[in-house]
Amino acid sequence: MVKPAERVVQAAAASTGHEKPAGIPDALLVEMYRQMVLIRRFDRRCIGLQRAGRIGTYAPMEGQEACQVGVGLALRPQDFLFPTYRDSGAMMLHGMPMDKVLLFWNGRVEGYEIPEAVNVFPVAVPIATQLPHAAGAAWAAKLRGVDQVAVALFGDGASSEGDFHTAMNFAGVFHVPAVFVCQNNQYAISVPYRRQTASETIAQKAEAYGFEGIRIDGCDVIAVYRAVQAAIEKAAAGGGPTLVEALTYRYGAHTTSDDPTKYRKPEEVEEWRARDPIAKLGGQLREWGLWDDEAEEQLQQEVDSQVSTAIAAMESIEPVNPDDLFLHIYETPTPRLLKQRDALRAELAAKAQGGIAPWRS
Amino acid sequence: MAQLTLVQAVNEALREAMRRDERVMLLGEDIGANGGVFRATEGLMAEFGEDRVVDTPLAESGILGTAVGLAVNGMRPVPEIQFMGFIYPGFEQVVSHIARIRMRSRGRFAVPMVVRVPFGGRIRAPELHSESTETFFAHTPGLTVVAPSNPYDAKGLLLASIESNDPVIFLEPMRIYRAFREEVPEGYYTVPLREARVVQEGTDLTVIAWGTMLRETLDVVRKLEAEQGLSAEVIDLRTLSPWDEETVFASVNKTGRAVVVHEAVGHLGLGAEIAARISEACILQLEAPVVRISSFDVPPPPFSLEDWHAPTPERIASGIAEALSF
Repeated sequence: MVKPAERVVQAAAASTGHEKPAGIPDALLVEMYRQMVLIRRFDRRCIGLQRAGRIGTYAPMEGQEACQVGVGLALRPQDFLFPTYRDSGAMMLHGMPMDKVLLFWNGRVEGYEIPEAVNVFPVAVPIATQLPHAAGAAWAAKLRGVDQVAVALFGDGASSEGDFHTAMNFAGVFHVPAVFVCQNNQYAISVPYRRQTASETIAQKAEAYGFEGIRIDGCDVIAVYRAVQAAIEKAAAGGGPTLVEALTYRYGAHTTSDDPTKYRKPEEVEEWRARDPIAKLGGQLREWGLWDDEAEEQLQQEVDSQVSTAIAAMESIEPVNPDDLFLHIYETPTPRLLKQRDALRAELAAKAQGGIAPWRS
Repeated sequence: MAQLTLVQAVNEALREAMRRDERVMLLGEDIGANGGVFRATEGLMAEFGEDRVVDTPLAESGILGTAVGLAVNGMRPVPEIQFMGFIYPGFEQVVSHIARIRMRSRGRFAVPMVVRVPFGGRIRAPELHSESTETFFAHTPGLTVVAPSNPYDAKGLLLASIESNDPVIFLEPMRIYRAFREEVPEGYYTVPLREARVVQEGTDLTVIAWGTMLRETLDVVRKLEAEQGLSAEVIDLRTLSPWDEETVFASVNKTGRAVVVHEAVGHLGLGAEIAARISEACILQLEAPVVRISSFDVPPPPFSLEDWHAPTPERIASGIAEALSF
């Protein structure tokens, strides 16, 4: 049996070097680059918006673009994505509108709205809890005979949670079409990878659950795309689940409330920046004659315009409607919720008149 | 009509639901060949196969977490948790996800699942087999919490729960799983959720109970009626959350006195909420403070002590006397 660490080497060998990768159309290579540039611009603008008080706390993803784009582009439209809060890039690539993602970070319920045809699950904030959901959704696809794979994203910290084990175990036992993609970005907030596990790799944990685990270079978008696409194909063909560990790094903070200089050395960040996924593919595209300065300039303008348009859409939304508090708690609201809604309406009406409504519990 | 026990009625409901809707599937520990530790799923694997009656790995979080994915992706899962005291490893899935997915997705995703959980004590079981922590779930918006007190309701409420597009925590009173039989109609019928049942009408006071305690309370009430000419209105809450305020308030407004009986501990038990709401809504009609009769505020004890922990017939009678004599 090939050990996970050896598989990494094999996977990496498949996409590094100066040769254009076989079997990936030029247009797709360019698309990978464009999408990585877009989400980096989105990410940096979000940090700026948070600093300016225009959105709330935000979880940056810069450095992880290859994982986001590799997964996002490998997904087929019918596949189901189970994201965390750091996966806006993959969510948008799978159809979640950018302005909705911005509204989520702006604390608006409209950011919870997922278009009907978009198979993206709401962002999971607890750690690893979305992994059993992915196993369950994949299980349903199998039971219903639907050609659909569930792909879950998570971090290295999630591998310590019970739900990681539970989900892998269920997925293995029921042989479901699920792909679990760990973005091992080396830190769970401040706690480094070596404190999450005594295993050499996260990928090797799959061995314990009876399916394949592979470790790949998460800074190489082609490697991520190929690994996830192969895992999706295998799952769709009845080959069962796969655990993909992508080695990556977040250059920035855990969230805009975090100060990573307290737990990481600048040299370490610089080391990872030297392996930057966007610089890497950009350089390769130029070598292969698929990219030049003019295309780069045009792309920068395009992404700037696209992100600015989404921000404008986010900021032009109607003021928040207090009635939204009471919607979608149950399919049919309870009488008590309706009374509470009416009480809030009365309170706001009275306030508008400069008065105070009688309090109702 | 067949004379069935409560657990047989549960079994009947599951069979009817699975025959009617092929999306309905059961998952849990020991529910397949073994038919569940209480035999609630007995015979169902033989009829519906291993894909619809699924023995899962031993993991409550996995049972409930995968049920979320199953439910949002077109199935109607009915997970079984063996005992209420074992649900806690899956508690995060219940309160962080199952209860909130509809809200969190603005209605795009619903989680139509029924979590079946035996609850209550006094079956001479070891520790953590006798929990009545319905408050944890009733306290969580988005969940519907149901507790039948008899075989007829058990079947009808369970079928209504499986029809519901909202997640239901279905609490089965295990002390009365086999305590008595009752006529249960064959075939498919539902008992509506969110509606309490007025078990008997009366004029002197309103007694509210559910699950195991309903029948025990009714025994005490009938004895007092025979001995003292008492006229008590007895309400079976049936759906614990959202509970039927209208029926409860209408009754208390009529009788002026209320007693709530439950096996959960008193502190922040559902009786506290019901008493508070009655106090707010019926203050002008109340003739006495609302009396709560509950277990003591200690963990469910080993079984040598459990009969003193739960409300006894004497305490129920005494509480009723207190409400009447104020």
